Amino acid sequence: MTHWITVISFFALLITGAEIVISHPRFYWGETGNSGTPALFTLPIPASRSTVPTGYNYVMPDQNGWSRYLHFEAAWVLVLTGLVYAAACLCTAHFSKNLLPPPADRRWSAFREVFAKYLRRASPDEAEGRSYNVVQRTAYLVVIFVLFPLVIWTGLALSPAFDSAVPAAVNLLGGRQSARTLHFFVSGFLVFFLVVHIAMIILAGFWSRMRAMITGRVVQPSKRT
Amino acid sequence: MSNISRRRLITTGLAATAGVAGLATAHLARRYGLIPPDNGGIYGPGETLTYAAQRLLTKHSLAREFPRSMISKVPFANPTAPPSEAFKRHQATGFSDWKLSVDGMVERPASLTLSDLKSLPIHNQITEVTCEEGWSYVAEWIGTPLANVLNAVGILPQARYIVYFSIERDWWESIDMADALHPQTFLTLGMNDGDLPVSFGGPLRLRVPRQLGYKSVKYITHITATDSLKRFGKGLGSASPEGGYAWYAGI
Repeated sequence: MTHWITVISFFALLITGAEIVISHPRFYWGETGNSGTPALFTLPIPASRSTVPTGYNYVMPDQNGWSRYLHFEAAWVLVLTGLVYAAACLCTAHFSKNLLPPPADRRWSAFREVFAKYLRRASPDEAEGRSYNVVQRTAYLVVIFVLFPLVIWTGLALSPAFDSAVPAAVNLLGGRQSARTLHFFVSGFLVFFLVVHIAMIILAGFWSRMRAMITGRVVQPSKRT
Repeated sequence: MSNISRRRLITTGLAATAGVAGLATAHLARRYGLIPPDNGGIYGPGETLTYAAQRLLTKHSLAREFPRSMISKVPFANPTAPPSEAFKRHQATGFSDWKLSVDGMVERPASLTLSDLKSLPIHNQITEVTCEEGWSYVAEWIGTPLANVLNAVGILPQARYIVYFSIERDWWESIDMADALHPQTFLTLGMNDGDLPVSFGGPLRLRVPRQLGYKSVKYITHITATDSLKRFGKGLGSASPEGGYAWYAGI
């Protein structure tokens, strides 16, 4: 349940975040940066504001108003859902039982074996169909405990009022424009995870995985023959 | 049999508790000013959560101030629409007749010239302007805290918002008393050791450094104190929500 609410709010954040970036597709490092200062890098897209020097003679439609309203509303949904998920996981020991790699797997060769198996496109055995391997476990833990907290932190650091209460939130990141650039990159890593995650589900058989995710029941592909 | 009635008792009890708790929360939220004027529509819940959280967390906190060495060499101002005839007339006379009228829920409504404002205690702050588009710059701002003017005209205790208007049409905003009485909310007259340039809002701009740039309206001529925003415009609090932007811009 929390997974699907997260899916909806993540897509809302992604689309509205892209719309907000379009209003100023230039990125900077440090505290300040604007159309009159050199950029760290510029996305090769036209902007939705005519004041931004993009090199294009085209101004995109401005979608910032509703995008900002929806971005922050979806962020609330994501954070509150995340808290419910974390509380449920702590109650059922989901993190330590299903996500923390077992001691035998905490070595590089275990990662290599999983990748080798992926490359051979070997079909998973019975146990693998029911639990996560070491690469999956690591990826999920990084997303839950590193990327999501970072994307929330860098996002909060962009709020001038929040920064007035907690100046360290933005100062530790090296300034406001650094926080904005980091927010963009951490979001990029989350999108990379999403792409691999969906590719894996499609390779594993989209409908059987969907059934397993929604009902919790696993049907082994080998039994079909 | 008793099982079912017990279950019903528990669910009814829980529903009633949730209902009472919900009503009590709504009542307390309204009483302590945690509901923004643009609380309706599909984005209302998110906006209300944001504003309420900010008011609980940031009622008195100060915006970050920077050392003089961090003042941006290249400040940036979004261009404004071509000035009205009224503004051009003031510009031609060096803004000597510029007036700021202060009325509404105050004891002594007043009309202040720029030199009246300059005779009030003048402060300076080096703070950042942050635009909702994403860019920013740091500058030194010189002016008198809005609180000085509000105290001088005797703000009434029932006033809950300050609404402020530009000389240019349809350009107006409002802030709650936490931001209006905040020591860094300035009626700004100068920038970086000089007069406030017209492109940055001169001769008079209300700077609200804890919120995004669009709350800092340029060319201020009128301020009014009120207990309700319902009577202004479409009742959403300011021109921003009427154009699709959030009323509270501290995010």
